[in-house]
Amino acid sequence: MFPILLMIHFVLLISRQGKVRLTKWYSPYSQKERTKVIRELSGVILTRGPKLCNFVEWRGLKVVYKRYASLYFCMCIDADDNELEILEIIHHFVEILDRYFGSVCELDLIFNFHKAFYILDETLIAGELQESSKKTVARLIAAQDLLVENAKEQASSITNMIAQATK
Amino acid sequence: MVSCRDMIRAIRACKTAAEERAVVRKECAAIRAAVSENDQDYRHRNLAKLMFIHMLGYPTHFGQMECLKLIASSGFPEKRIGYLGLMLLLDERQEVLMLVTNSLKQDLNHSNQYIVGLALCALGNICSAEMARDLAPEVERLLQNSNPNIRKKAALCSIRIIRKVPDLAENFMKPAGAFLGEKHHGVLITGVQLCMDLCKASSEALEYLRKHTKDLVRVLKNVITSGYTPEYDISGITDPFLQIRVLRLLRILGQGDADASDVMSDILAQVATSTESNKNAGNAILYECVETIMSIEATGGLRVLAINILGRFLSNRDNNIRYVALNMLMKAITVDGQAVQRHRTTILECVKDSDASIRKRALELLFLLVNDSNVKPLTKELIEYLEVCDPEFKGDLSAKICSIVEKFSPDKLWYIDQMLKVLSEAGNFVKDEVWHALIVVISNATDLQGYTVRSLYKAFQTSSNQETLVRVAVWCIGEYGDLLVNNIGELDGEEPLTVTESDAVDVLEAALKRPSFDITTRAMALVALLKLSSRFPPCSKRIKDIIIQQKGSLVLELQQRSIEFSSVIHKHENIKSTLVERMPVLDEAAFVGKRAVSSAATLSSEKSNRKSSSGIPLNLPNGVSKPAAAPLVDLLDLSSDNAPTPSASTGDFLHDLLGVDLMQNSPIQGMSQPTTTGTDVLLDLLSIGTPPVQNNSSPKLPSSPQVKILPQLSPLGVASPKLSNTSGSVKATIQDTKPTSNAPPVIDLLGDLGSNSSMAEENVPEYPSIVGFQSSSLKIMFSFSKQPGQPQVTHVQATFTNLSSNEYTHFIFQAAVPKFVMLRLDPASGNVLPANGGSITQHLTLDNKQHRQKALAMRIRVAYKVDNQDMLEQGQVNNFPPGL
Repeated sequence: MFPILLMIHFVLLISRQGKVRLTKWYSPYSQKERTKVIRELSGVILTRGPKLCNFVEWRGLKVVYKRYASLYFCMCIDADDNELEILEIIHHFVEILDRYFGSVCELDLIFNFHKAFYILDETLIAGELQESSKKTVARLIAAQDLLVENAKEQASSITNMIAQATK
Repeated sequence: MVSCRDMIRAIRACKTAAEERAVVRKECAAIRAAVSENDQDYRHRNLAKLMFIHMLGYPTHFGQMECLKLIASSGFPEKRIGYLGLMLLLDERQEVLMLVTNSLKQDLNHSNQYIVGLALCALGNICSAEMARDLAPEVERLLQNSNPNIRKKAALCSIRIIRKVPDLAENFMKPAGAFLGEKHHGVLITGVQLCMDLCKASSEALEYLRKHTKDLVRVLKNVITSGYTPEYDISGITDPFLQIRVLRLLRILGQGDADASDVMSDILAQVATSTESNKNAGNAILYECVETIMSIEATGGLRVLAINILGRFLSNRDNNIRYVALNMLMKAITVDGQAVQRHRTTILECVKDSDASIRKRALELLFLLVNDSNVKPLTKELIEYLEVCDPEFKGDLSAKICSIVEKFSPDKLWYIDQMLKVLSEAGNFVKDEVWHALIVVISNATDLQGYTVRSLYKAFQTSSNQETLVRVAVWCIGEYGDLLVNNIGELDGEEPLTVTESDAVDVLEAALKRPSFDITTRAMALVALLKLSSRFPPCSKRIKDIIIQQKGSLVLELQQRSIEFSSVIHKHENIKSTLVERMPVLDEAAFVGKRAVSSAATLSSEKSNRKSSSGIPLNLPNGVSKPAAAPLVDLLDLSSDNAPTPSASTGDFLHDLLGVDLMQNSPIQGMSQPTTTGTDVLLDLLSIGTPPVQNNSSPKLPSSPQVKILPQLSPLGVASPKLSNTSGSVKATIQDTKPTSNAPPVIDLLGDLGSNSSMAEENVPEYPSIVGFQSSSLKIMFSFSKQPGQPQVTHVQATFTNLSSNEYTHFIFQAAVPKFVMLRLDPASGNVLPANGGSITQHLTLDNKQHRQKALAMRIRVAYKVDNQDMLEQGQVNNFPPGL
């Protein structure tokens, strides 16, 4: 059997107050474990000083985190993976979010959490990087959003038609 | 019903957790109602709400089926939210997930690329092994789709499939190879990633993909020389993500293959020299490049280049880069230890960094760099730092210093000096085995005992709050108090010290009375006082008073010791001096050996036999956690392994046992027995009555080799069963014990002990060993033995042998027997079976109540894990030899 080389085990977005804003699990963790992991990690990461390095060793794995305004972006990787690259991936994801929301803030991610997930799913699959071009991701998301918009319009026009017909 | 946005607003407006729970409860109730009404219009809105509620940590299992329904609907918006919910609310271990397989299959064949994309993404993120098998052909086909968006998603999806079902790897080999010729970066990145997983999963794929080394080199070269491309540019570097992945795949291909390594060495040199190192992206590439150079069959020049990059990293001001450098240097040690040694001083500085992650890495690296020539200066630096470092780091640091000192100490004097320094600075942080080991060393260093006890006395004056230091000091003053006051064995250059007898007693009294110390320390102080009472006759009155004060102690252990010791002082003046004689030299080799064994957590099977024969719960499956054996107990317990079963004809078993043990043990233990003859029954009994030493290194009684036998004797009242915590107390109750009344249980005890002893005394029939169970992966052998006088009881030694090439972990053997048989399972010797013939043993005792009427039979069940997959095997054993 070969060792499973999973690049990213999970992605976690935590606010400075310790509220969870987004979680994505690429390795199987039960609901109970997830809660525990989040609690444990927010305890460690939120208390670290600003000048320290962006890596935390944790349960034989490594958590790479970076703070953007009030949000901590965390990704958990194997102990011998390239931490510096993960920092770039985090930044890559943030830039895509930024481009999509237009200078993204925590509130955007709260009220449009599903959008954040869609963007993440265009960036990573199976814990691996999917696309290195921010433009491509933006294009794919925009195309899918358009599909949804069109469907909505169609639905509302049908509702209108029905409403008018049954008046 | 409110919109999702309004619900989020309502939740955010909550001031307390209780308010939030109320809002969530209300929403969940509404959603449940909608679910049971099979409401279609708001299904996607409800699921969106559920996802938010799920993120807050509330249970949302009732929404799982809603995901499936949305996925099965035809529109893109419904599918999009449905798949998102599926990935969020479910994971691969839920049965419900299987129900989605059919929808997935349809969507993978959909004409809309975005719907195919959704299905691939969901499959790639959460598919289980069964789904992987079912849908692999679809994904394989999609690898050749004309749309790059679908191709790249299919590639990552394939990775998940291969991770779940490695057998499928070969199917993906050819399409993956084709990916390496792609132009689209997303496809290239995912393709390279797929190749890496294939290489790990199958050696055939590795060989196949090695032929593409040149393609990869070309890809890398194109990226490096492409010039500015805004779409992929990150701080002046073109697509670092692609570069890093190609370097990583090159590492796998070059490992152990000189030709492939040769093909890539030029481009590696180019990356290593031309990549900008002032931004994180560049350093990430350099990191990967160095790793690759270290792993492949690189030339010396290339390696120098790599190590130099690490040197630059190490002197970088950015904490991240330094952290990474320390990590990589750890790997580089095996490649070029000398080069890493050059950075020793910088690494030492990192140990003192304010960042815990860096400190920890640096300490581990430094630990690997210690050798005979630099141990002294390094230890000095580390101990100096121990004095000033954060309390939370003291545990780690002192543990490392201790192991460095133990491993490399050039002489005992230096060892003792360093350990005393560590104990004075961080005595509250060190583990028990550290000071146990120190005591063993002191006990062996006859010429240093005087110096040591004086140093300890001095250290106590300044660091009396470090409990382990106090313990060692107390033990040594008890043993070598006379050396302390008479300045015996003074070393050259040792500062003269004047200590009166009453000063020494002061130390013990302080240790005894300090309320923050635990029972072990205080009990040790009591024993030391008893010892001093005969060594310092002028102080014996005072000592007696101190001991008597503890009569009123609320701690049972102290109270009992106090009463017993007072009784020894009052009534048994004639034997006291023998009782409190100095401890025999502790056997260093046995201690080290036993410690290694106990730290590996594998207890020998004989030991577990004895353990369960002392009445600890029966029918233990193996893998049960056993109480950790304190090293010193082990040190002293050699005797019962070697004690032959007394012949059945001997009348006085107890006496026999004692006699035998006394003769046996002296040579084995290397302990001089102060008891000169076997006639002094009282002393013999005392030696038996020593309770087992646990968590405590103080075997203060002159002879305690028989400790291990105690558990069997304890029910007899020889020793109070309550006293298991600490050792060394002399039992006043012993006088009441009549050896004769003990005879029958003692026979039992010997019966249990005898499984590994010679059985020549009686005609015990021999039984052939059998293969109880055999499958392609596992063999179980049973060998049998019986005790004389107990024909109905069969002792079975089961040996489990791993026939496969995978390691088994969490191995548990369970057995069931007919009603007329009593089965007792002792803990197994371990719960891990190494691959290819690794084995463990377990002892079973079968008591056949219908001996000679019914034959034995057994049903067995074996559970273990291979690579974290649960395995289960069962069988029946009917081939027991007749007569058991």
